Amino acid sequence: MPLLENGRLVPDPWTTLDQDAFLPAAGPVIVPLSRLEEGLARPPGEQLGVALPPDAEIATLRTVLPRLSLVAVTFPIFRDGRAFSQARALREHLHFAGEIRATGKPLPDQYEFLLRCGVSTVALPAGSDPQVWARAHTRFRTAYQPSVRGERAEGATLRRVL
Amino acid sequence: MPDTLPAPALPIGHYGYDQVDRAFLADRVEQFRDQVARRIAGTLSEDEFKPLRLMNGLYLQLHAYMLRIAVPYGVLDSRQLRELAHIARTYDRDYGHFTTRQNLQFNWIRLEDTPDILARLADVDMHAIQTSGNCIRNVTCDQFAGAAQDELVDPRVHAEILRQWSTLHPEFTFLPRKFKIAISGSPNDRVAARFHDIGLVAKPAPDGGTQFDVFVGGGMGRTPIVGVHLRDDLPEEDLLAYLEAMVRVYNEYGRRDNIYKARIKILVQALGTEGYRQKVDAEFAAMNRARYRLPPETVAAIRARFGTPDLHAPDDAAAQLDRARRADPVFDRWVRTNTHPHRAPGYISAVISLKPAGGIPGDATSAQMDLVADLADRHAFGEIRVTHMQNLVLGHVRQDELHVVWQALRGAGLASANIGLIGDIIACPGLDYCALANARSIPIAQKLGARFASPELQETIGPIEIKISGCINACGHHHAGHIGILGVDKKGEEYFQLTLGGSPGSDASVGQILGPALPEDATVDAIARLVDAYLVHRAGGERFLDTYRRLGAALFKDAVYATA
Ligand code: HEM
Ligand code: SF4
Repeated sequence: MPLLENGRLVPDPWTTLDQDAFLPAAGPVIVPLSRLEEGLARPPGEQLGVALPPDAEIATLRTVLPRLSLVAVTFPIFRDGRAFSQARALREHLHFAGEIRATGKPLPDQYEFLLRCGVSTVALPAGSDPQVWARAHTRFRTAYQPSVRGERAEGATLRRVL
Repeated sequence: MPDTLPAPALPIGHYGYDQVDRAFLADRVEQFRDQVARRIAGTLSEDEFKPLRLMNGLYLQLHAYMLRIAVPYGVLDSRQLRELAHIARTYDRDYGHFTTRQNLQFNWIRLEDTPDILARLADVDMHAIQTSGNCIRNVTCDQFAGAAQDELVDPRVHAEILRQWSTLHPEFTFLPRKFKIAISGSPNDRVAARFHDIGLVAKPAPDGGTQFDVFVGGGMGRTPIVGVHLRDDLPEEDLLAYLEAMVRVYNEYGRRDNIYKARIKILVQALGTEGYRQKVDAEFAAMNRARYRLPPETVAAIRARFGTPDLHAPDDAAAQLDRARRADPVFDRWVRTNTHPHRAPGYISAVISLKPAGGIPGDATSAQMDLVADLADRHAFGEIRVTHMQNLVLGHVRQDELHVVWQALRGAGLASANIGLIGDIIACPGLDYCALANARSIPIAQKLGARFASPELQETIGPIEIKISGCINACGHHHAGHIGILGVDKKGEEYFQLTLGGSPGSDASVGQILGPALPEDATVDAIARLVDAYLVHRAGGERFLDTYRRLGAALFKDAVYATA
């Protein structure tokens, strides 16, 4: 699955495991939340990521977060906006500094929103045109509210310079 | 050369855009132009296009596309109203429809014209962003804001702050369901604060600043609920942070499995007021408060983009108005019913009724829009307000000029003296336009308007609110009507169910069903009998609503069903 970062396609070093797949002892893997314990049981140096369902409570990750390099949030349909709040809570409440990856079926027209909620990479849904995503990345120069990215405010206004 | 030109005057009553705001809107129009082109070329499917067009206010109705244009907090300037008239003339059928959410709708729009229409709107600093979709919609406001005698705080600066904050909000544009915020600055609720997802009432804080009463979880639709009072002391600097917390809890926990249970009102009911409050407080405590703080300098910077009227009336303005009223009883009646007291001596607010007897509530022709824009320029600082009752208001009119204003309105069929009376009916678009409708709301409104056309009769009946919805979605607010009328479908026939005792205001209540639904041709007569029964039983100057609350439904039931 093509991976997008800063509007550009980048290589994806991660392997995403599903419920039943064999968990390799080494290498960067993303495990489902239900297999987090198993993942954490690997040697400490191995890179670990976790895939959250949209109804997962972010606060439950508090103690394990230092061991995670990546958290994947998901959009089962683009209209289900819970992942926006999850990403933001990860950055803002738990100060997570690793990669937040959007998966599922987000729309290119949501790209700016994803970034401004703290998402760093997007696993592009099948059939996506990366050009359309790239255009969405540069569409707006201004936003009207603060975000987790801490963009510069324009004077005393609410506006942020993107 | 250009930089020697004087800065254009700021619009009165709403935020004045600058170059940055205009550039943002231009980017948005280009984005939509690109989306429409992809749709017409077929690279976007209708399924993919739908959410994008809805985010720009473009609905597919029964017969054509409808474009809903935002009128933030209901305030327009004359230049904007003229542009709307122009669009009506050029791209629609020469009229527009003012809605209960203080917006304007065009009902006969062609998809391929919409990018051009949006570009024209952008030329006058208007847009259709977030007039649809599961996002924070246009923030509505008191139609007498900044003018009313009973107001404590002019809420429009805060309404504008909420407009900006909610515009393309990264986290809250894909909520479980639509989200409607209303704000008032008067203890007399004219915005139905308790029937909104969030209702805010601004008031002076003990330290001299501003603070807010917060209501949450009100709404209509198939589950009408009066909102609960969450707190009465929200400081201005926490306004955005606290709303972020409120909406985030909803985004996380609101139901997404059933659209009829997805509004915040259902979440608040499920968690209980206390349960919801605890979650919001926990979120609020955890968030980065410095980042989301609304500092006084930001409020001041946004306030500085509002034009304010220079109010100077001659000393004898009130006396002149008195003389004109004594000389002309028809004018006198219109002043009694269609004006509202102004805070400044010698001024008054005038309500322009868009409810002529037999007309379609909220419709205005291009010529009428142009005329109102001219009147606003001459007599009201170029400012026009749209009311949630689907009328227009000139907020600041000199009392000595009111007679001239009225004469001009009368010449254009805009001087119906029925504000707050039985002719001032709210009706949703119903089966004439809407694909979800069970019944036609507009013809019932027209027939009621014609039945009670006499201004004398209307004044005798006194304050009464009739509200009509063509289906249970309740766009016509029937739950909050003193008399509510709901269209239902009985084996393919249009029937109407009556509810009594609803109220949108500070005494908010949900109307109760009176009895079995009535066939279309019996509905208007039944309401006439209801009104007769009220006139017989009312005590002193009691409103219909008060008589109903005092005596209950039985006598009205008899009046409606005894002869039916
Ligand atoms: C094609 C036309 C329209 C459609 C398809 C439509 C659809 C709906 C639906 C589905 C609801 C119920 C939402 C819920 O309870 O979750 C609703 C509520 C509502 N709509 Fe409409 N509507 C239309 C036109 C209008 C118009 C013209 C107005 C304003 C005049 C309006 C104002 C409202 C209001 C005030 C509510 C109820 C308040 C609330 O949100 O609880 N709608 N509409
Ligand atoms: S109340 Fe029903 S019929 Fe009326 S506009 Fe809303 S959805 Fe359509």
